[in-house]
Amino acid sequence: MTFDIITNNLPALTVIIPLIAGFLTPIIGWINRKLCWYHVMLTMFIVFLITASNLLTVINTGTIHYQFGGWAPPFGIEYVIDLLNGFVCIIIAFIGLMVSIYSKESIKKELPGKTIPYYSIYLLLVTGLMGMTITGDIFNFYVFLEISSLTAYALIAIGDRKDGIVASFNYLIMGTVAASFILLGIGYLYAVTGTLNMADMQNILPTIYDNKVVLAALAFFMAGFSIKVGLFPLHTWLPDAYTHAPSTSSALIAGLMTKVGAYAMIRFMFGVFTPAFVIDMTRMTEILTWAAALAIIVGSVLAIAQSDMKRMLAYSSVSQIGYILLGVGLANVIGMQGGLLHILNHAVMKSALFLVAGAIFYRTGIRNIHQFKGLGKRMPVTTTVFLIAGLSMIGVPGTVGFTSKWYLVLGSMEAGMWIFVLIILASSLLNLAYFWRVFDNIWFGHPHEVEKIKRDEAPLSMLIPMVILAGLCIFFGIFAYYPLHYILEPLSNMLLGIGVLP
Amino acid sequence: MAGIIDIVYAEYNYWIYVTLMMIGFYAMIAKKNLIKKVIGANIFQTAIFLFYISLSDIKGGTEPILLHGETSTHAADIIYTNPVPHVLILTAIVVSVSTTALALALIIRIYEEYGSIEEDVILAARRKLNPEFSEYARQSEVDSQ
Repeated sequence: MTFDIITNNLPALTVIIPLIAGFLTPIIGWINRKLCWYHVMLTMFIVFLITASNLLTVINTGTIHYQFGGWAPPFGIEYVIDLLNGFVCIIIAFIGLMVSIYSKESIKKELPGKTIPYYSIYLLLVTGLMGMTITGDIFNFYVFLEISSLTAYALIAIGDRKDGIVASFNYLIMGTVAASFILLGIGYLYAVTGTLNMADMQNILPTIYDNKVVLAALAFFMAGFSIKVGLFPLHTWLPDAYTHAPSTSSALIAGLMTKVGAYAMIRFMFGVFTPAFVIDMTRMTEILTWAAALAIIVGSVLAIAQSDMKRMLAYSSVSQIGYILLGVGLANVIGMQGGLLHILNHAVMKSALFLVAGAIFYRTGIRNIHQFKGLGKRMPVTTTVFLIAGLSMIGVPGTVGFTSKWYLVLGSMEAGMWIFVLIILASSLLNLAYFWRVFDNIWFGHPHEVEKIKRDEAPLSMLIPMVILAGLCIFFGIFAYYPLHYILEPLSNMLLGIGVLP
Repeated sequence: MAGIIDIVYAEYNYWIYVTLMMIGFYAMIAKKNLIKKVIGANIFQTAIFLFYISLSDIKGGTEPILLHGETSTHAADIIYTNPVPHVLILTAIVVSVSTTALALALIIRIYEEYGSIEEDVILAARRKLNPEFSEYARQSEVDSQ
């Protein structure tokens, strides 16, 4: 009896549990500050279980529709979980769980006295991202977008670093422009369709595709989301924000914010507009592939020029976002699978790399790559995690990075765009160039006092999430069949409108 | 000439919102003062609110409340304005206010740290304070080895 209430409302609980837990955090912190960590970890674990259960339900029985307050869809707010949502939700919950375990020691050192606000904002950020992903209502999407943006600004500025505040302010200005464009696009679509429900809108829109207002709405959405994901010419907020945020905030924001932005772009292109409109009529996907190809090359080249570890990883994010959007823009099933798989890959790899950067900073206070000499002996586990995640970013066979790049190359060939094959290969070489500098310094660099180096590993609560993430890099590299077969293949067919979901 | 005036007059609410939006956008991009940037953001957002609100109005429409004594059968004859955009904008105003509050809080912190809210002064101070990550410092480090 009591179980029915929970199981029937699982889609809503995905958002409500972190929201309520976020507001409970100050009360729990007021009782005892040390409890906050357990509270956040437990919450994230429950959310992870719920999203896993949602995803299994979707795989077994098809799309979940959840109506709030019993109001039927075109009027009430509806949560829709299909394979795309379920896939992104479980990534958010999993990375959120890993980073929350890691936070315990890192927060003590980097943000002393700010434990309670940090954890409170952390849960609200997860709420915002979950809500953006899970909702089927276009205005509800905007509200959650703003919740996630505002909390992200706060998480970046929460540190003691002066630069973090300026970076956060610049991100706020860029983010406000992006969100305002999206709001305007929503207004345009509402003006011509008279509905706010995504599925309903998708049914109405094909009859009015010759309307200029619809074209303007598409343009506003693409401009807004390009800022949100940090697509190349609009990426200027990203490197500063990732570099100057506290370690745990960087890992969470780099791992999730841009991925959810990319999800939103895919959802609006294929779930609000129709594939025929974005692929053939406006050729938006073709424009997107070229922008993505440019981002891949420029991001990699800029990453080579950096000597700050976190800044290098931030520029590398710019190029990795290019891979996701390239796969989506190719608009064939294989390329789409590669792009979607890269959402998972990049979330896992980039979080692992930022956690490593945080662990090195925690133990040694070093962020400049040229001072990493001898770290391989000092922090062997941490640097091995870095090696695995770095090899995965380069795309060495046996790691996840290889699988998604393989699919992207096959997709480019199928689309007949040989130049993208060249770009992907060239960018892998550039990735090798900037990761090799770090590997070289860590393992082959000789510091002046070799004898003095002692093993000085990061605490266990920081090591566990890093090792799990590195393990996943290899696990999904070897067993890539499971996500591809059960989730991504039917999902790509569904998005491109080929075949119908069971 | 008269044609253009007619076009502008027929949908003057859209012209007002576009003009306001561009003023706000210009201020966000071009102004060096951080407070002016925030004011620009506010104008930008308010312009979008005006767009939504003017969108919902209709000539001769009345507020969407059943008039006294009218039953639902009569209600079909009355033209109502659309209440939904107003409700959406109430939410968007709350979002806008919280963004502004956060931006002002950040500006206070920036002023405490840098002693200025002019963008070029802050940029110059950042270059001076953080030489360890600049290209110049890296080069001189390489030279010294």
